[in-house]
Amino acid sequence: MSLTAKDKAIVKEFFAKVAPKAEEIGNEALSRTLFVYPQTKTYFSHWADLNPGSANVKKHGLTVVRAVLNAVDLIDDLKGGLLTLSELHAFMLRVDPANFKIINHNLLVALAITFPDDFTPDVHVSVDKFLAQVSLALSEKYR
Amino acid sequence: MVVWTEQERAFIQEIFGKLNYEEAGPKALSRVLIVYPWTQRYFGSFGNLCNSEAIIKNPKVAAHGKVVLRGLDRAMKNMDDIKNTYKELSVLHSEKLHVDPDNFKLLADCLTIVIATSMGTSFTPEKQAAWQKFLAVVVSALCRQYY
Repeated sequence: MSLTAKDKAIVKEFFAKVAPKAEEIGNEALSRTLFVYPQTKTYFSHWADLNPGSANVKKHGLTVVRAVLNAVDLIDDLKGGLLTLSELHAFMLRVDPANFKIINHNLLVALAITFPDDFTPDVHVSVDKFLAQVSLALSEKYR
Repeated sequence: MVVWTEQERAFIQEIFGKLNYEEAGPKALSRVLIVYPWTQRYFGSFGNLCNSEAIIKNPKVAAHGKVVLRGLDRAMKNMDDIKNTYKELSVLHSEKLHVDPDNFKLLADCLTIVIATSMGTSFTPEKQAAWQKFLAVVVSALCRQYY
């Protein structure tokens, strides 16, 4: 399920709209990940406040969305471009890759909430494929 | 036994109360056919599913979307016994329609996205949690009669 030229164009156009709302999207996506899927909290036991909208969640949500926006620029070579991030997730963070699907789902929910008219089925399928490719690239160095 | 808190029940009622069944059903079904095109395998008799526009405009897809949502309404009205409410539906999906149960989750996810677009930020993380729990129970009930 690799990205077609059409997918890449749709992703680039849509994420240009996402960029100015990066903090909002990041907050929604990460808040929902921690709340709706409480097992994900195990990766953040060092944070004081894991509630939706907390300072830690806002800051880290922004980090994640900025990384996704960066991945849009690297869309023609995600594996190569995300190598360092993959090493971070594989060797240091050791996030179980099953969780990539969880945060991707909540990113989609955050996008649907924030862009009800722009997040059409066509945009949805291209973004879903893109996030799946990002997850694959992040999983690259795991074993 | 599924245990629902009063809050979860209230959230589910609220979400259904805000839903326009005539719109949300068709939107969710057309979205699953577009986002996960392999699901089209179950709708061979529905006519033109060639591209997103055709799917969105397809009257059979729209009609069936409404059927699906009315089915979910029955679950909402029988929240304490979705398992038995859906017994025949489960047999139907398994024995007659031969739907791969993994597909139920795909439709559930698309319905969640449709609700997110219509409710915006009022679809809070707490409501999302209750809603996804409800859908998980529905999906589990639909899978029950498979063997």
